[in-house]
Amino acid sequence: MNLESLTHTSGEWLRGTGPESDIVISSRIRLARNLAAFPFTNRATAHHKTEIEAMLRERIAKLELDPKLAYINVPGLSTLDRQLLVERQLISRELAGADGPRGVALGPRETVSLMVNEEDHLRLQVMRSGFALDEAWSDIDKVDDMLEQRVSYAFSDEFGYLTACPTNVGTGMRSSVMLHLPALVLAKQIEKVFRALQKINLAVRGLYGEGSRASGDFYQISNQVTLGKSETTILSEIREVIPQIITYERQARQTLMREGRQSLQDRVSRAYGTLCSATMMTSEETMDLLSSVRLGINLGILEDITIPTVNELFIHTQPAHLQKLMGTSLDGEERNAARARYLRQRLREGGAHPN
Amino acid sequence: MKCQFCSNPATVHLTDIVNKKKKEVHLCQACAEQKQLVNKQELNLSVILQTLIGQQVGQPSDELARLTCPQCGIKFMEFRADGRLGCPHDYEVFRVGLEPLLLRIHRSTRHIGKVPRHSPVNAQALAELVQLRTQLRDAVEAEAYEEAARLRDLIRQKETTG
Repeated sequence: MNLESLTHTSGEWLRGTGPESDIVISSRIRLARNLAAFPFTNRATAHHKTEIEAMLRERIAKLELDPKLAYINVPGLSTLDRQLLVERQLISRELAGADGPRGVALGPRETVSLMVNEEDHLRLQVMRSGFALDEAWSDIDKVDDMLEQRVSYAFSDEFGYLTACPTNVGTGMRSSVMLHLPALVLAKQIEKVFRALQKINLAVRGLYGEGSRASGDFYQISNQVTLGKSETTILSEIREVIPQIITYERQARQTLMREGRQSLQDRVSRAYGTLCSATMMTSEETMDLLSSVRLGINLGILEDITIPTVNELFIHTQPAHLQKLMGTSLDGEERNAARARYLRQRLREGGAHPN
Repeated sequence: MKCQFCSNPATVHLTDIVNKKKKEVHLCQACAEQKQLVNKQELNLSVILQTLIGQQVGQPSDELARLTCPQCGIKFMEFRADGRLGCPHDYEVFRVGLEPLLLRIHRSTRHIGKVPRHSPVNAQALAELVQLRTQLRDAVEAEAYEEAARLRDLIRQKETTG
């Protein structure tokens, strides 16, 4: 797979289509699987890891998927390319930074990603634009079934799929929905939503998963429990709660329009104005301003730019993407200048792609 | 309030409520960072979870503390320190220590859900396979290729019959 071609697009999860896509960015499911008869990755010797990687790589290549997955050897990638895949949510930070033989098999539309020798031997991931958990589950279940015919998974009737960390044992499934919740943040209601979610055992994380800040007002909501509940139950628990959060966000947006229209309009215009004319821009500030712009478009306040363009700018202004687009490696200061230049150029063209 | 690990003022406070019992942890920034509870002022949820799990389970009994997996060599105490198990067989070996933990994390100790259609390898066969793999690795390292070939065939046979 040619990573250069990825750089210019926005990937499945930011495509900006699918059900409820003004609020729901993407739906994602991952399954943790291990091979029976091998130690888990953290206790595996170099010899084991080589053997595991070779075996899984061969079995993945034989999967009858259309289109075929492309296998990428992660140690063979530059730091920048690894970072690019992390920014696109195709590999985890852990896989990018680990040692030893490891890799990832990717589908051309970036909806499927199979990570080899992550914390578990195999991490399967399927991503869909918008609110589409059921479709994601049906895809990942199929790939899992196909793989299972070719390898012996570590499984016990009692504990289910056995994983390196007991927080994943059982179904090994983490299903998450990424939401854009700028109005709940502005209305200072977001904490309330979190507390309610925690009570029902759902976790809330930032854009790039565990430990990451919710920059750009993006939040991932996912199940915490993997043992003692079936995949169907876990999915329906999330499926039921998301429409409620969507309703809260819509209500918060309506309230803002009704009671604070002028200040909202000012906020959106200032954000857009800054993006169009600043000469230095950090990644954090860009995310925050783009979030206001995205809200403005969805409320009909701003019409100069489209949602797909904003989504693309979210990913293109990430450090690795920016450096790939500029064709050169840049330090922090240089990146901030290049980011501002790129934003000015894209926005002055009315959001049209520079190509 | 002082840090539980040194006498500096505590600035990181964690509260966890389980079964209506409150557990509190108070740390200074340095100790919290050292224990990887905070990372660049961001909360690391999995590490917090592991720390609280350690507290919940309490000091493991001598028997539990001495447990070592015969397959992968990990000690229960090593697992407790970094929260990662060594091999699938650990779920059997550390059962006594793991069950309260699973109950705490998942409120359950019994899998409900997908079962591999391809006949799953049972616990004993699994342990045997891990052992065979280890022997195979030793045989390869000792350049005992005839033995290695024999073991490889045996593993293949066992993997396919489950």
